[in-house]
Amino acid sequence: MTANNRPLDPGADIPGTVGGRETAPDEQPDTSRAPRDGRPGRRGVFTRLGAPRAPRSRLRRRAWAGARMVAALALVGGLYAAFAPNVHAEDSSTLSGAAQQGETLYNSSCITCHGRNGQGVPGRGPSLVGVGSAAVEFQVTTGRMPLNQQQSQADRKQPMFSDDQARDIGAYIEALGGGPQLPNGNDFHSDGNISDGGELFRVNCSSCHAFGMGGGALSSGKYAPSLSNATDRQIYAAMLTGPENMPVFGNNQLTPQEKQDIIAYVRHQTNDQDPGGFGLGRLGPVPEALVIFLVGIVALVFAALWIAGKS
Amino acid sequence: MKRRKVDLADLPARSAGEIDDRLQVASPLRRLFNKVFPDHWSFLLGEIALYSFIVLLLTGTFLALFFDPSMQDTKYNGSFIPLRGIDMSGAYRSSLDISFDVRGGLFIRQMHHWAALLFMAAIVMHMLRTFFTGAFRKPRELNWIIGILLFWMGFTEGFAGYSLPDDALSGTGLRIASAIMLSIPIAGTWVTTSLFGGEFPGHVILDRLYIVHVLIIPGVILALIAVHLGLLVKQKHTQWPGPGRTNSNVVGVRMFPGFALKGGGFFMIVFAMIALLGGIFQINPIWLFGPYKAAVVSAASQPDWYVMFLDGSTRLMPAWEFRWHMFGNYYDIPPLFWPTVVLPGILTMLPIFYPFIEARFTKDKAVHHLLQRPRDVPTRTGIGAMAVSFYLVLLVSGGNDVIADKLKISLNAMTWAGRIGLLIIPPLAYYVVYRICLGLQQHDREVLSHGVETGIIRRTPEGRFYEVHQPLGPVDEHGHGELPYAGWVVPKKMNRVGALLPTLRGFFKPVETVEDVENEQSSNAPVSPAPSRHHEIGTGGRS
Repeated sequence: MTANNRPLDPGADIPGTVGGRETAPDEQPDTSRAPRDGRPGRRGVFTRLGAPRAPRSRLRRRAWAGARMVAALALVGGLYAAFAPNVHAEDSSTLSGAAQQGETLYNSSCITCHGRNGQGVPGRGPSLVGVGSAAVEFQVTTGRMPLNQQQSQADRKQPMFSDDQARDIGAYIEALGGGPQLPNGNDFHSDGNISDGGELFRVNCSSCHAFGMGGGALSSGKYAPSLSNATDRQIYAAMLTGPENMPVFGNNQLTPQEKQDIIAYVRHQTNDQDPGGFGLGRLGPVPEALVIFLVGIVALVFAALWIAGKS
Repeated sequence: MKRRKVDLADLPARSAGEIDDRLQVASPLRRLFNKVFPDHWSFLLGEIALYSFIVLLLTGTFLALFFDPSMQDTKYNGSFIPLRGIDMSGAYRSSLDISFDVRGGLFIRQMHHWAALLFMAAIVMHMLRTFFTGAFRKPRELNWIIGILLFWMGFTEGFAGYSLPDDALSGTGLRIASAIMLSIPIAGTWVTTSLFGGEFPGHVILDRLYIVHVLIIPGVILALIAVHLGLLVKQKHTQWPGPGRTNSNVVGVRMFPGFALKGGGFFMIVFAMIALLGGIFQINPIWLFGPYKAAVVSAASQPDWYVMFLDGSTRLMPAWEFRWHMFGNYYDIPPLFWPTVVLPGILTMLPIFYPFIEARFTKDKAVHHLLQRPRDVPTRTGIGAMAVSFYLVLLVSGGNDVIADKLKISLNAMTWAGRIGLLIIPPLAYYVVYRICLGLQQHDREVLSHGVETGIIRRTPEGRFYEVHQPLGPVDEHGHGELPYAGWVVPKKMNRVGALLPTLRGFFKPVETVEDVENEQSSNAPVSPAPSRHHEIGTGGRS
């Protein structure tokens, strides 16, 4: 183990060297002290320059040393100003107007759980670095975020932010670490092929969201929600980012065209009137069982009471 | 040419005479027409099943004109846009054509499906009536067994019909059925491969199920119904006990004309109800499920309600697998075997033998034509409640994913509630129902002994209050009634013993006037003066 480790981290043995190189300002006090000590053999740029000169008065030496000190500090400070705070300067200069708006909203409504700069708070909320604007838009426009309470799964509810605000927050999160983004536009269904979408929906989606898109139960109180209220952008974002318990259907699994096919099928089916009458929530044979007893048998028992005697 | 005058009034009698001269049907028909049906609503539950079976035959014939059970691949090009261009079997394509391109096809298909659900529901209701009133006792054990066979025939017929459209739901059900058959030790593989003609799904199963569905099982059901009704005529109806009703007579209306009119009317009502359901409520939207593919299993895939209890038993069964080594081979009983093969076996055999088991325990070998009220046989009623609650737990568990999702309950909690409930609820139901029966009996006995509460409170000179009771018959020296407990309705209100006039007859509105009733009955009222009618008019309550 140790034999294998050694060649991997050679720098670990000489940390002082690395530190010494980086801390350039530490050399400055040494060079400024050299003429005062009167040791001509000392190496260094400033000492050599000063070495051949005749000794000056104490006051002049002191003033000269002070001036050199100020110059050195100015140089170091200038270097520091030029390099070190560069990152900060870049941030504030490249945040778009939308992202700045989003940052304000983020800091007032999301920071409690997701932490400063979207880094997450252990036990409260995950890091948002890299989740992308698509995830933010899905969670915020469906009202799932901000979350009501910690539970098995966030419920869809009345959204707290407008769509524009949600996109602003998305832009801010996107600026923090990138991630999946939605294409532009609100209409992802017009170009989709309904038949292909139906085929893909039945194979990929119906095992949780059910054939009629009414949703279904998962384990331990989790569930796949109904798709009847979802907009095109929300369905697209859900496939792209896999919110809650949903798997991610990235563009390698379902191409953008296939996603549009699925959205076209979902929109067609949710807007479609049930041709057979009242659809009973499209939940399959369970409500049919209720109807046959609560409507069929009850009505016919009343008819039997009407026709025949009671006791 | 001179035409002879036809006497129209004489025509029916003369033509009937001519027919009888040739066929000699007068005597048997007279017996049939004179058959007496007791007049009680609970005797009509079985008729609902009979009438929905007739509707099933009519609508099924219509569907068979357009249905094609082929499993050949075709491309759909009909009116339903979301499935255009999709590869599917001929069976699914023709089911879609029936739904969207045959005039009235969807309506008839929905009627057919609702009639099937109603057929099974009415069979179960009829069975409950027969059980809880003791109508299965000697001499009617055979008819009880035929009824159980009819349930299982209807069950199989329904399942075959559910599988025919070849949509993803029916394919999922068929896959489960093949898995159930495979789980049978030793024989399972042979049974499955011979039924499917090889590995599931094969190419022949729909053709076979089609013939089973349209010919074989309907034939068996028809034959069983014929025997069921033949035995009913031969053994005569049971009836509730009551004035003038004994173990050796039947009181009611004759087949002709009274009951034929009622029965014909009831058939129309059942037909109308099925048509109403088929027109209003969408059932089995096969176009949403898409063609069957092994990879497509939708959430909320349930069987129809009469199969759902087996789905529930499968969901509740823990994954207990038995594996052993014998004759150099490994044998294995999968967990599916117990809830789907053993349990239905028990659920068939127990009711079949129940009449004999009960006769053995009660040592009752007599012939019974009078029914028993459930409260008078608390043990049987308790056992029935136990069976019903057991069945209901399984039925609810069969839909537990939909219930969990819609009522926001954890699915795991539903499953465990079902497992625990299946063991605890039936004994609890037995105890509670047993006590309720005893309590109802007790109240009947109390009224027989102490009389009906009159609502009149008297105060004695020394200040004691008591309520005056109206004895129902002669009393002994302590003022206790001497009427024996007869196992029949005991009047518990004063207007039931004639103190007040009975309310006007009529279901939705009175069919008689106040004057009619007063003229007819006021002089017979046992209390004097006879109470006035004018403040006692109500609806319902025909005695």
